[in-house]
Amino acid sequence: MKKNKKNEVAKSKKFNRRDLIIGASSIGAISLASKNVLSEEANPENLPPNLPEWTQYLGDGVDINPYGMPSEFEGHVIRRNVEWLTASAESSVNFTPLQDLEGIVTPNGLCFERHHGGVAVINPQDFRLMINGLVDREMIFTLDDLKRFPQTNKFYFLECAANGGMEWRGSQLNGCQYTFGMVHNVQYTGVKLSDLILETGLKEKAKWVLAEGSDSSGMTRSIPIEKILDDCIIAWAMNGEALRPEQGYPARLVVPGWEGNMWVKWIRRLEFGDKPYLTREETSKYTDLLTNGKARMFTWVMDAKSVITSPSPEKPILSKGLHQLRGLAWSGRGKIKRVDVSIDGGKNWKTAQLHSPVLSKSLTRFTLPFEWNGEELLLQSRAIDETNYVQPTIDELQKIRGVNSIYHNNSIATWLVSKNGKVDNVRLG
Amino acid sequence: MERLTMSGLVKFILSFSLIIFFANTTIASDRKFNLGQIATIEEVAGWDIDVRPDGLGAPIGSGTAFSGEEIYAEVCAACHGDFGEGADRWPPLAGGEGTLASHDPEKTSTSYWPYASTIFDYIYRAMPYGEAQSLSYDETYEIVAYILYMGDIIEEDFVLSDKNIGQIEMPNRDGFILPDPRPDIMNTHGDPCMSNCKVSTKIIGKARDIDVTPEDE
Ligand code: HEC
Repeated sequence: MKKNKKNEVAKSKKFNRRDLIIGASSIGAISLASKNVLSEEANPENLPPNLPEWTQYLGDGVDINPYGMPSEFEGHVIRRNVEWLTASAESSVNFTPLQDLEGIVTPNGLCFERHHGGVAVINPQDFRLMINGLVDREMIFTLDDLKRFPQTNKFYFLECAANGGMEWRGSQLNGCQYTFGMVHNVQYTGVKLSDLILETGLKEKAKWVLAEGSDSSGMTRSIPIEKILDDCIIAWAMNGEALRPEQGYPARLVVPGWEGNMWVKWIRRLEFGDKPYLTREETSKYTDLLTNGKARMFTWVMDAKSVITSPSPEKPILSKGLHQLRGLAWSGRGKIKRVDVSIDGGKNWKTAQLHSPVLSKSLTRFTLPFEWNGEELLLQSRAIDETNYVQPTIDELQKIRGVNSIYHNNSIATWLVSKNGKVDNVRLG
Repeated sequence: MERLTMSGLVKFILSFSLIIFFANTTIASDRKFNLGQIATIEEVAGWDIDVRPDGLGAPIGSGTAFSGEEIYAEVCAACHGDFGEGADRWPPLAGGEGTLASHDPEKTSTSYWPYASTIFDYIYRAMPYGEAQSLSYDETYEIVAYILYMGDIIEEDFVLSDKNIGQIEMPNRDGFILPDPRPDIMNTHGDPCMSNCKVSTKIIGKARDIDVTPEDE
């Protein structure tokens, strides 16, 4: 009896708490998560020696969220876009909140999006992958067919070639998310194209593959056959679950280490040919214009790059004393060998600790402990990959490529930490 | 590979159906996993819409800029402008000749793209935006001709067709560099300066001052 009574009280108290939160929000329950942001300060009633509510009363039961959601206090950890960048949301981009992530795995819901004709919605029963052109047998595969092939499971980063593209002429966007967030890193499950080819056969003259998406942009890119047979995958799962719709559900192409635009989503067709196709995406776009008016074409590999995710413009330093500087490094040419960090704008460098796993063509986590005593800092990180390629400064890039490339800006960024702990994206020179 | 007209397609299906039938049964032994189906000519023809620079894959059809002006004005101009100059923030399609080496290059279909085939391929597969693959082949040739005419690449009465789309000379045909010269910066060969490095640490720009970063509401 007594116990029951206590439960009643617990329930009513809990409902009261909820009502309060919901009542305070003008739009109601839907905005609960976003309203309940991290408060600046702790509530003393919840601190020792007091007993917080969650210690005393029952919480939610199972199945409140059949597909789990992050804590309501993490509502700020979301993809964000820059509206003025594009004319329409269906051909647009948003950015991964790198500054809030740990380790090397990007949660599926936080992987940045880039679409050219919106997100295609495809019933997996209606999915077909056609392989045609210079093959012995032109064939069509269902999703179920693909899943019956030998399987591969690999971590790879995917970076848009235009990541950092706004920063060629100077520091423009004041955030780690906006300047580095067109990258994500997940584990893909799929079938290797070298296995699929065993089924169709290949004519000797086949040198190129046209990969084509089934979305309303009909995304198309030409890929040389060597790459296709080396490590490309048709993937249907990421991080252990089906691909997200915005990442190409039910299946996409994975082109490890190469620019994200080639990783055709909602894939419907692979055509083998003897020459490249020179589609819009490899002529009008994804060509790198130099100062003399000529443009580099077929610049596929993503060169080594790194970023300090904290401190960063979104992650100011809040107190003096010990801190763990955190960051990510990656290279389309293989493994990250070393990451150096400078706190004085590149005059002196210290080698950071790399955290395992250090995988080829995957994001790699680094950290470095540092003491902050309230002085100004100029933070930089510099990645070196296993080919001994060293991440360049923007000066080095500009000398060779000018400022009109848009794509492939893998230069070292500088975060200015001010005496008040605030952090700014700045350009040195 | 090569696209077929409907009547040609029917002939093909009739003459090839026997071969396909046998292909399905006899070649199966080459297949390692025995998964998937042989695609029919008709299935491939429906999806194989790409057009290559040499004109391979161009569907049978033709059109002139003269006949294309009206349909362009009707279906495309709202976004891309009456003269291809681009309305609001939608991309321009023409103009920009002579700007590629300038501080503000204008990369358009006529100033920048190296092949006319790409304009056909892209418009047929993706435009008008939100109504992909709704144009007929002839309409697409007409519109491409009109865009090329706006870029002073062909005359108003030039008949653009599957026969000559692979031979149109685009102004920026030789504007591209191959192969990729990267890694183009290998100054230190894995052994960069670690201490007392000579670098400028003067702040010459701050994103905060540009003030274009979106803010959370
Ligand atoms: C509702 C607006 C809209 C309409 C109508 C429209 N387009 Fe587009 N067009 C776009 C957008 C948006 C893009 C860029 C798509 C992307 O980001 O991939 C584009 C891109 C293009 C491009 C490539 C431009 C470049 O430099 O890469 C061409 C060519 C083009 N459109 C032609 C046409 C033609 C021809 C028509 C009429 C048949 C048409 N468009 C109708 C919005 C429109």
